[in-house]
Amino acid sequence: MSTVIKVENLGKQYRLGQVGTGTITNDFNRWYHKVRGKEDPYLKIGETNDRTIKGNSDLVWALKDINFEVKQGEAIGIIGRNGAGKSTLLKILSRVTGPSVGDIKVKGRIAALLEVGTGFHPELTGRENIFLNGAILGMTKQEIKRKFDEIVDFSGVERYIDTPVKRYSSGMYVRLAFAVAAHLESEILIVDEVLAVGDAEFQKKCLGKMGDVSKGEGRTVLFVSHNLQAISAFCQKGIILDSGKLHSINEVGVSIQTYMDLMKDFRFNANTSKKDRVNRTSGNASFQKLGCFKDGLINESNWTYKADEDIHFAFSCITNEVCEGLTFYMAFLDTLTEKVITNVKTNITTNQIKTGTIVEFKICIPKGNLRAGQYDLYFAIGNTNTTLFYDVIDSNINIPSLLIIPTSDDPHQNIGYFNTTYSVYEKNV
Amino acid sequence: MRIPEPENEHWDLIIKPKNKWYQLDLGALWAYRDLLLLLVRRDFVSVYKQTILGPLWFFIQPIITSLTFTFIFGSIAKISTDGIPGILFYMAGITLWTYFADCLNKTSNTFIANAGVFGKVYFPRLIIPLSVLVSNLIKLGIQLLIFICIWIYFLIYSNQVTPHWQLMWMLPVLIFMMAGLGFGFGILISSLTTKYRDLTFLIGFGVQLLMYGSSVVIPVSSMNGNVKFLMLLNPLTSIIEAFKYIFLGSGFFDVYWLIYGFGFMLILIFFSVIIFNKVEKSFMDTV
Repeated sequence: MSTVIKVENLGKQYRLGQVGTGTITNDFNRWYHKVRGKEDPYLKIGETNDRTIKGNSDLVWALKDINFEVKQGEAIGIIGRNGAGKSTLLKILSRVTGPSVGDIKVKGRIAALLEVGTGFHPELTGRENIFLNGAILGMTKQEIKRKFDEIVDFSGVERYIDTPVKRYSSGMYVRLAFAVAAHLESEILIVDEVLAVGDAEFQKKCLGKMGDVSKGEGRTVLFVSHNLQAISAFCQKGIILDSGKLHSINEVGVSIQTYMDLMKDFRFNANTSKKDRVNRTSGNASFQKLGCFKDGLINESNWTYKADEDIHFAFSCITNEVCEGLTFYMAFLDTLTEKVITNVKTNITTNQIKTGTIVEFKICIPKGNLRAGQYDLYFAIGNTNTTLFYDVIDSNINIPSLLIIPTSDDPHQNIGYFNTTYSVYEKNV
Repeated sequence: MRIPEPENEHWDLIIKPKNKWYQLDLGALWAYRDLLLLLVRRDFVSVYKQTILGPLWFFIQPIITSLTFTFIFGSIAKISTDGIPGILFYMAGITLWTYFADCLNKTSNTFIANAGVFGKVYFPRLIIPLSVLVSNLIKLGIQLLIFICIWIYFLIYSNQVTPHWQLMWMLPVLIFMMAGLGFGFGILISSLTTKYRDLTFLIGFGVQLLMYGSSVVIPVSSMNGNVKFLMLLNPLTSIIEAFKYIFLGSGFFDVYWLIYGFGFMLILIFFSVIIFNKVEKSFMDTV
């Protein structure tokens, strides 16, 4: 497949602080260098864009040394923390602003969806706004006319179509706006985090539409989102941006896992002092090593499984003192709400264990028991009888969260199932 | 043997740090013509929504202004109207002047007023100021209509008005020049104010002052010497005077001053489009 987007040495510099009299001296200096045919002096001194630390320079690189290629029909998710440069990259791609250095070469028409409802005029009716918004996004009047019914149908606000949009509820407004954008025809579609709008029903519709665009219609899609599940569902590849730099491009599952590791600076390590960890208690026993058990090895960094795989975790603990039995606790938490979804308690042994014993065990969760998604994990070992744990490992502090990626051919995709037993009662008439 | 570089591929679009000064994509402008028309429609429809009189306001505005001018400048200050009935004289000036002032005022904040849209979606930025010219043209059309009604009344019932019929064809040219000047100054100011807003303060009263220097109120005939020359240096003066000359029969008509005005307009548009083009690429970072 041919390359449709080629980004070369792309960089974008921003000036922090306010525009004021200080800026004009910079501008003069820049202009003076330019007349003498010299390079812009300010492009050299910019700093890496890390919003959390105080810098020495007013100039920061929102993006620097970005190089990548996109092949036709690929759906690429762009992930990164706030301020990593995702939106800046999309803005440059959609020509809203220009790069400071480097260039982007593009084949085909680009439609960018950085916001829904751009250019909506509150006084105009829904109908008038469909045309106006469509034209702003680059459609011709004929194109919009052809798709008009489809747009109205998708939006589900037919009854209000001849009412000024200022009378709309905010949900209806967004529905109409997204409906227009969803019907753009272009070879390349750039979507910023705009799908998180509307009610649940409409969100589902939007996500479905996105799926059609990227899979069914074979268009090239660049998609920025913090919704990692949506990214893993639509995209084949993931680009990670970190502080304005390209961290990595990989197959989407790997990218997401890498990203989640990045987000959690802490990594479980038996050598680190237990006192450093918020939740790690210095008890009679402690975890030494834990991870996903894949291909006969304990993998400590990659916590990703496909939905059609059995999940294996492996643990290794050491007793620091004599323990009266050992019990393992495991909980799955929702990453957003931090509520426990399910938990497990297993007695490993009730016998006394001597000091310095290494206990190794594995746990298997058969496929289908957990629906696809992201889970925070919570592991603990403790005494059988008390709730005082010897050691605790928590997704938020020591290890990445677990990610289960949906597989398209899995019949239990996204649903999961229980092992239920049931019996039939005979009914006497 | 040299292997041909694979770089010679065809790319539809290359996004680079800076536009070349001559890189004006007229094709893209044409592709977005539907947007221009829809913007014009939006401007027209949205202005008088939720008003009872609706588009009637287009009529009321110039009539009241002309009456005020007739009263203040004609009756109180007794400024010469070249022997033309006051209402007609002022209306002639105001009609054309309003078009220029509206174009200038509305295009001069193109970047600032549309930053929200410009920051989210790309389309040729010149579409916005061009749509302003067209939507104001509709307003001008309506106001010309009122002017012509009053003009016909005086044509029939008074002998003070002696139009130069053979020059009537020049009207579109005069309107075009007005549009060009308003557009040129407007986008120049909008380009210059993206980073430093100082000029925006000037524009508010600058346009007001310019009106008095453009023979809307004070005809060129009542000036002489250097003042007259200075007034004619302002290309608007000869356009408004020519308009009055053609319709009312009095006024200053000089082909060379008109050619000067036309040349002025062309050069202005040339430079302001270049600057606009240069600014549009990265104005989002500074606006």
